[in-house]
Amino acid sequence: MIHSLFLVNASGDIFLEKHWKSVVSRSVCDYFFEAVERATEPENVPPVIPTPHHCLINVLRQRVYFVAVIQSEVPPLFVIEFLHRVVDTFQDYFGVCTEAAVKDNVVVVYELLEEMLDNGFPLATESNILKELIKPPTILRTVVNTITGSTNVGEQLPTGQLSVVPWRRTGVKYTNNEAYFDVVEEIDAIIDKSGSTITAEIQGVIDACVKLTGMPDLTLSFMNPRLLDDVSFHPCVRFKRWEAERILSFVPPDGNFRLLSYHVSSQNLVAIPVYVKHNISFREGSSQGRFELTLGPKQTMGKAVESVLVSSQLPRGVLNANLSPSQGTYTFDPVTKLLSWDVGKINPQKLPSLKGSMSLQTGASKPDENPTINLQFKIQQLAVSGLKVNRLDMYGEKYKPFKGIKYMTKAGKFQVRT
Amino acid sequence: MIHLIMDTFLRYLKEREQEQLVKILSFMFYIFRHDDLKEMLDSNKDSLKLEAMKRIVAMIARGKNTSDLFPAVVKNVACKNIEVKKLVYVYLVRYAEEQQDLALLSISTFQRGLKDPNQLIRASALRVLSSIRVTIIVPIMMLAIKEAASDMSPYVRKTAAHAIPKLHSLDPEQKDQLIEVIEKLLADKTTLVAGSVVMAFEEVCPDRIDLIHKNYRKLCNLLIDVEEWGQVVIINMLTRYARTQFLNPNINESLLEDSSEKAFYASDDEEDEDKKAEAAALVKRKPYVMDPDHRLLLRNTKPLLQSRNAAVVMAVAQLYFHLAPKAEVGIIAKALVRLMRSHSEVQYVVLQNVATMTIKRRGMFEPYLKSFYIRSTDPTQIKILKLEVLTNLANETNISTILREFQTYIKSMDKDFVAASIQAIGRCATNIGEVRDTCLNGLVQLLSNRDELVVAESVVVIKKLLQMQPEQHSDIIKHMAKLIDNIQVPMARASILWLIGEYCEHVPKIAPDVLRKMAKTFTNEEDIVKLQIINLAAKLYLTNSKQTKLLTQYVLNLAKYDQNYDIRDRARFIRQLIVPTDKSGALSKYAKKLFLALKPAPVLESPFKDRDHFQLGSLSHLLNAKAGGYQELPEWPESAPDPSVRNVEVKDSVCARRTVLTGPEGAGVLLLQTTRGILISLFRQMTHELLHHSHSEQSSGTEDRKRGRKAVKNQKSSSESESESESSESEDESEEESEEESESDTNIRKKKTIAPSGSIKMYELLHRITGEGLAVEYCFSRQPFSPDPNMVAVQIQFTNNTNSETKNLHIEEPRLQSGMRIREFAEIGLQPSESVTVVMGIDFCDSTQAANFQLCTHTRKFFVSIQPPVGELMTPVFLTENDFKKEQGKRMSAHPRFSTPSCSIRVTATANLSRVPCGSDKECRFAGKTVSSGCLVLVTVTTKEGGRAQLTVNCEKMVIGTMLVKDIMQALSQ
Repeated sequence: MIHSLFLVNASGDIFLEKHWKSVVSRSVCDYFFEAVERATEPENVPPVIPTPHHCLINVLRQRVYFVAVIQSEVPPLFVIEFLHRVVDTFQDYFGVCTEAAVKDNVVVVYELLEEMLDNGFPLATESNILKELIKPPTILRTVVNTITGSTNVGEQLPTGQLSVVPWRRTGVKYTNNEAYFDVVEEIDAIIDKSGSTITAEIQGVIDACVKLTGMPDLTLSFMNPRLLDDVSFHPCVRFKRWEAERILSFVPPDGNFRLLSYHVSSQNLVAIPVYVKHNISFREGSSQGRFELTLGPKQTMGKAVESVLVSSQLPRGVLNANLSPSQGTYTFDPVTKLLSWDVGKINPQKLPSLKGSMSLQTGASKPDENPTINLQFKIQQLAVSGLKVNRLDMYGEKYKPFKGIKYMTKAGKFQVRT
Repeated sequence: MIHLIMDTFLRYLKEREQEQLVKILSFMFYIFRHDDLKEMLDSNKDSLKLEAMKRIVAMIARGKNTSDLFPAVVKNVACKNIEVKKLVYVYLVRYAEEQQDLALLSISTFQRGLKDPNQLIRASALRVLSSIRVTIIVPIMMLAIKEAASDMSPYVRKTAAHAIPKLHSLDPEQKDQLIEVIEKLLADKTTLVAGSVVMAFEEVCPDRIDLIHKNYRKLCNLLIDVEEWGQVVIINMLTRYARTQFLNPNINESLLEDSSEKAFYASDDEEDEDKKAEAAALVKRKPYVMDPDHRLLLRNTKPLLQSRNAAVVMAVAQLYFHLAPKAEVGIIAKALVRLMRSHSEVQYVVLQNVATMTIKRRGMFEPYLKSFYIRSTDPTQIKILKLEVLTNLANETNISTILREFQTYIKSMDKDFVAASIQAIGRCATNIGEVRDTCLNGLVQLLSNRDELVVAESVVVIKKLLQMQPEQHSDIIKHMAKLIDNIQVPMARASILWLIGEYCEHVPKIAPDVLRKMAKTFTNEEDIVKLQIINLAAKLYLTNSKQTKLLTQYVLNLAKYDQNYDIRDRARFIRQLIVPTDKSGALSKYAKKLFLALKPAPVLESPFKDRDHFQLGSLSHLLNAKAGGYQELPEWPESAPDPSVRNVEVKDSVCARRTVLTGPEGAGVLLLQTTRGILISLFRQMTHELLHHSHSEQSSGTEDRKRGRKAVKNQKSSSESESESESSESEDESEEESEEESESDTNIRKKKTIAPSGSIKMYELLHRITGEGLAVEYCFSRQPFSPDPNMVAVQIQFTNNTNSETKNLHIEEPRLQSGMRIREFAEIGLQPSESVTVVMGIDFCDSTQAANFQLCTHTRKFFVSIQPPVGELMTPVFLTENDFKKEQGKRMSAHPRFSTPSCSIRVTATANLSRVPCGSDKECRFAGKTVSSGCLVLVTVTTKEGGRAQLTVNCEKMVIGTMLVKDIMQALSQ
């Protein structure tokens, strides 16, 4: 299984190493550096790199490469999934998982890694158990620790590992009992030149923030559970109940967690809430190109489209862009040729537009590739698939919790071809 | 101070020496700093120690060597402060290998820890001890592992399972002993242990498939509750297991496929014979029936496709791909497509596997075609993999949409991707004949593209396409001949030259001219181009020697003095072959045949073809090379091995013949819930005694017994085939062994059991009036239901109040909650005013849901239901006071309540528990476990002053715990 782990930053320095079996020299990472050099972009580094004696499996998160060294057969996804779980845990503990955060908390990081793997096999990866073993550093606790000399390591032995609900801490107590659920849907779409949808699918998640005392047993039911035919659950969800009644029944972990994620595939019709009118053209022989872009709402069910951000990678031949937006601000980076336009909110009465010209290298021929336009936006209070939560009930505890549900639709990988 | 001295020194030194001095000084500083740490470690203050350890760990993390601190650190291994201790462990495990002698100092601490009453301390001691890679302590480790493997805490047993591969890698000679431990742990029933022990199995003895037989069904049933990482390992192992034990579910289809494939290659006369043989084989082969165990595996893994863990989903997907009948494989597509939304690394691995799957099972992913469309923001490696999948999915019906999509890809800014797209178009064109011309035209248009890479790639692909039908495309060849002036990419130039040479008869005028141009630039060309120039020259010489003789000579002379020996060799070889001299042998006669033979068109194949001989989802599959420790996926066996090896030995069905034991102290079952090892040995002993006993008692020997056992098995298997859910039944080998000495007797169910004494409450199932004279009452006899220990025995008493005989009394149509099972009693008949008692078993799955069924006589049917009070869902367990306290410590959900003074009789009347001997008279303790899943239930009633009492129920199942509290409270307050 996983032999060693190296953390490598963007400039190619190994800033942390951890070995679970005998020590593997860090020179093994040279193969990794070679691969990084060969790849033009950081995300093009192959996730699995074979070397004569080992195999390196890496993931890239927030400009840090997590390179795991393995020596024998192991499912690659097993390692990749675990590495992502490590990053998630760090994020959970330190807020971010950057090089600086890891370096500042190197002891906690080491303690965490020690608990998460034993001899290369995952031991405790549930955040609730880990938090029982090692308390996350907070400013208050750091101050207290330095004064009193107490530690981050839990004094009590963690009993969570032994329980039948390993994802939940025992002895949870809150004065305000609350359970919030966020239904967030992302639209992945490719829109072709003429504005028709080539493919569109919805990727939804229900993220929960549950702060309830004791051992609550929750059930969540939907108005239209038929929509959810392709789902994946947090381990706390009782699968049989879902199969039989289409009701989510679970003893929730404490704190933030992802209850379920679902996928509404391209076979269903997906409402596209925004349209883009564009006219990007280059004329043969001239050093100027025209650029026109107009955005407008469609099928938004009366909700406002907010935080709209348009970005586009212009052809390499473009030297500069001279544009004027009707609202918001735009930037053009002449080195990376990345155009981005921060639109803000779309006002249906006055549609935002970006017009102007692009200057090309003189004498260069007209670029034959067309840029694609990437769109980001948010719509509050709307789940575009139409999913609706019916009710949330709690059993097993006496108090009355405060419950809340929020819906939001976002653009995922939303692309318009020109 | 130091700085001042240094500065003065440095000023007088030359640059080189300066560097060295800095090195020496920094080294001294390094040692000095370590001295500082040593001092801190030696201090009495925990905070200083902690600070020192933190700094040391930070150094280890950066990869600095701190091994010189070993003695100072190891001293603190017994430190009271938990964090210091933990950090010392980290240090110890890191450096023990280098400092073996000193590491031994710490061992005694861990040995002490192994004996600690707290399971978590035991576990952590074992964990660190086994991580210390020092060969001297191998025997100590072995002992520790063996002991921990029979620890009563599943968490410690899990740690033991983790320790097995560690010891194995340290000293492979311990393998045999370790296999014994693995065998023992494989039999463990807790989900906590299952994943870890299978991991150990995979690392130590993956070939000992025989160890799995007996545990197969159990593993299948536990799977859904095992933690996610364990699930991956178990599923992968079970895939291999299933390949050795079951028959290929697609056997008949694959035969058909084979025959069609053979027909394609085989010559005509062979074909007939083949067909006859195959037809015979088809007839001979029995219709395929899936082994119920095979079905069990498929059924129990299916829900895991919904896991949030991509590795689990992939594991299930590969299991279905390798094991499921063709019609069922389709379900994995949706889940795999869902994974594509995950991180790009996950996407990369999933796409690799999808690419392999699409070659064999194209139809599966066709509905999801659009999910593989490429976005400009995808990383190049993902784009290329998606392209691969799209190409594999192309067929006559969807090719037009795919080609339209490809057209947009060609305009992408990512040139590597454009090149791959052009190749993909080429592959579509070769595979699907109808679009070949369209593709070719499209590619020819690309030849005028401004980007040279695009043009070059198109040339290479066009060359391959033209080979299929050169006659019709001489104009394209001419067009390409013109391109040679402009294209610089060597591969493309070489391709064009080859084309012209190969089809020089179609372009008789242009070909010599091209050769002329190439002869001019010969010396500046790349090697592959030079070789093709020689080729072209040779071919032209053979077909049109008049025009090209001199040119060929010239080219060959140039090649003779080339730097590259390949080119020199080729030139020499060709000269001998084509230019007739006196010395040239017989071969030159055949030169034309050699060079201008008809060449078969190339087959453009997916690089993922034939990758499926590696287990999908494995590292080896991804690398397309065998990784260390990879276990081959075996071929399906010709005929299935004996399926009975998986049968778990069922104890002889013992039925109630003796008086029902009642009262609080009359614990019906004695169970020693100590370590499993003891339990097993005890259990063996008991069976032994039993055998002995029966031997002397009855004349029938052990053979009779065996026959009886077989009968039970048969009965079982038949019932299994009846209802699907029953297959899990035999899995739970009875852990508890009843004291009962009574013999197996299948007819016994008819016999009357003695009516229960008054303390057992009778419930009414059917009233005399509604039952038209038939009155039925039932009670929970609190007897173990021997045919299946997971069932609650329900004693039913029928009384016939009519004047006529009631015949064929039996049960029909049970409507049960999922997981619940009923074992019916055999049909009975009742004479007028006779009353008969029968026993049936119901597995309530530890819930108080009612079991509904129909009670049928020869004339009527009655709908009835049995709802168990929670107290009847358990069976007593015998525990000592100490065990009780230990177990209580482990179970968290306590429900303290206050109530009136207690009385043990009332408790035992409410719940089927046994009293635990207890020193204090203020406390009453009771222990039991749930019938279905064997969860311990512990009840404590403490009398307080003022006539109040506190009731505590400890149980892992919260629902049961809460309900039990309610019931006992009610009983006590009456």
